[in-house]
Amino acid sequence: MSDAIKLEKVILAVLVRNEPGVLSRVTGLFTRRGYNIHSLAVGPTEDIRVSRITIVIEEAEERLEQVEKQLHKLVDVLKIVNLTNAQRVERELALIQVNGEKRSDILQIVDIFRAKIVDVSPREVMVEVTGDTEKIDALIQMLDGYGISEIVRTGKIALARSNQ
Amino acid sequence: MAKTGAEVLVSTLKDLDVEYVFGYPGGAVLPIYDALYGSSLKHILTRHEQGAAHAADGYARASGKVGVVIATSGPGATNLVTGLANAYMDSVPMVAITGQVQSGLIGKDSFQEADVFGITMPITKHNYLIKDENKIEAILKEAFYIASTGRPGPVLVDITKDALMNYVSKSGSKQRLELQGYRVLKEGHPRQIAIARKLIKEANKPLIYAGGGAQDASKLLLKLAENFNIPVTTTLMGIGAFPGNHELNLGMLGMHGTPWANLAVQNCDLLIAIGARFDDRVTGALNKFAEKAKIVHIDIDAAEIGKNVPAYVPIVGDANTVLTELIDDTRLSHKDWILEIQNFEFPAQTAKEPKRGDCVNCTEPNMHFAELPPPCRQKDSVDPKVVLELASSLFKNQLIVATDVGQNQMWAAQYIKIEKPRSFITSGGLGTMGYGLPAAIGAQLGRPKEQVVLVTGDGSIQMNIQELATIAAYNIPVKVVLLNNRVLGMVRQWQTIFYNGRYSQTCTGSIPDFCALANAYSIPSLRVKGLDDLDEFKVALKAEGPYFIEVAVDPDESVWPMVAPGASLCEMFHASKAPTPSWQRGQNDE
Repeated sequence: MSDAIKLEKVILAVLVRNEPGVLSRVTGLFTRRGYNIHSLAVGPTEDIRVSRITIVIEEAEERLEQVEKQLHKLVDVLKIVNLTNAQRVERELALIQVNGEKRSDILQIVDIFRAKIVDVSPREVMVEVTGDTEKIDALIQMLDGYGISEIVRTGKIALARSNQ
Repeated sequence: MAKTGAEVLVSTLKDLDVEYVFGYPGGAVLPIYDALYGSSLKHILTRHEQGAAHAADGYARASGKVGVVIATSGPGATNLVTGLANAYMDSVPMVAITGQVQSGLIGKDSFQEADVFGITMPITKHNYLIKDENKIEAILKEAFYIASTGRPGPVLVDITKDALMNYVSKSGSKQRLELQGYRVLKEGHPRQIAIARKLIKEANKPLIYAGGGAQDASKLLLKLAENFNIPVTTTLMGIGAFPGNHELNLGMLGMHGTPWANLAVQNCDLLIAIGARFDDRVTGALNKFAEKAKIVHIDIDAAEIGKNVPAYVPIVGDANTVLTELIDDTRLSHKDWILEIQNFEFPAQTAKEPKRGDCVNCTEPNMHFAELPPPCRQKDSVDPKVVLELASSLFKNQLIVATDVGQNQMWAAQYIKIEKPRSFITSGGLGTMGYGLPAAIGAQLGRPKEQVVLVTGDGSIQMNIQELATIAAYNIPVKVVLLNNRVLGMVRQWQTIFYNGRYSQTCTGSIPDFCALANAYSIPSLRVKGLDDLDEFKVALKAEGPYFIEVAVDPDESVWPMVAPGASLCEMFHASKAPTPSWQRGQNDE
């Protein structure tokens, strides 16, 4: 085994021109240079010509500067904001399909986490939860014992708080 | 009168001052070729799209202008891939225009359809897919701007056939966001420049390490070196940025660098990198590279700084702008340091050299004409170094050299002295065999008043030998110097040193008869088999049109010195076999 390299988790908000292929450019860059993407969320912004990609990456500290510099070289990248150390709000959304045999237990857990039941079928319930990654991880851990059949997560989005 | 997309494309190229385009027609670009018909734009028809791409690249390197290449959809465009990757690695400004199938046919596996936009994304500085004829002019101008500014690079513009055929309306839609994300920092940070200047004045053993990014800053590089009396080493890409015969020129550094350059790197206390990127072929073992030195790194690409080696003083900016600020009227001497370099004692390390007749038991007997002996028993040969030095001096070092990849390239880099920038045209980063011949064509068209000499090998030239037809068709006066050792020399050299002389698949044998082949293309030829033929060799080099000169080289000739991959620059094999350094050459002349 090689020496364990300390990986840093970093949240980058990457504002890009809303042009065809722009997501490929960003993810292709990560593949080509061997950077690890932990999660990625993309969507439109207040300006229809601009999209926002929120990327959570895990990288050795000395490589993080390279990641940002390489991203900046992409012509379609307008701006990069490193939110890792910023005052921010971050959210992730998850839908969890879980075995509904012990429905009342599940309802209780859902309540504690301020999650929601969004669909019920004879055998399963679907839970919707938003929050930071740790909260969603914790809920999943709690529901795991009842039998989770499917999970979908959006990946983290984050926005810096405006200055007081 | 309304114009089609293709007609707008051709007129835009003319607006952009394009003189030559290199290309090859096909179904999807028929509208462009129709618009070229009777146009004053000069089109060079190569015999393969890869040739067109390398020719555009060679043209760009020699002239400093943007090289333009056109290819059709599908196979035409995929044939450009190597050429684009090559230009991207060496930061060459190029615009590739490819046809794409009609927009309605995209994604349906149509005839000659390939996802060229997707394929070329990682090997271009930027690329586009145009489906709207109204965007052609604006995007083409943007492509030229991106290709030629900042750190240059290739840009590909893929255009659907319907966009090329449709009539452009006057009120072209302007929905796109302009280039807000593309910024070119020209001026270096004044504080960093001040620190660098202070370090230079304090240093006892400074050294300049100049790369391809210094080619257009050669005047200021000379001033920096002369004012402060700092020795200079250039990379393969930096050859010509500093005069080859200058006393301060230590020659190339790295794997096949000179011992003076490599030992100077390892002993300097300040390394000033200008437009260089600390490639593994240059640095050897990274953790041992320039161990005693503080590094000042000047580069226009911020991502290059700190990528491989941490910079003590990072300066992001254009070499000319930064050097203008950096240089002042102070005169420094560094006499002791220069004497130290000139009197370095080399390590006496030797590597295995091939034993004559090692490959007598050739496993590929059918590689030879029955009547010809295998290469290792070839009787007549000439030392390639003698031939190259002769060519160099014949043109008083004022020639433009294009090379292929392998031993021919390294010998050319070591033994031909290039005095002017943009005059050593070689595939550095990608190491593309087959680059030389088409690149020489482009270089000769880009600098018609100077002589281009191609130095190539029997392996490399066969990878794009069809371009002899282009040379003949346009009567392009390139002089081809083929160093024919009948083996893949560089790979064979590695097999000698690292693989115990097991010459697996590196014998190309005596096929073909190159001189006869050149004649078949109606190019005159000469075979140089011994020193007696050198007078004829000089005449051929000075001939008016193209000439094909085959030089018989012993397959056991190796490129020395050599630093094994991953070793430190101090650990050179056969350092004593280096080319004569500039300061000793000067003495010999007197």
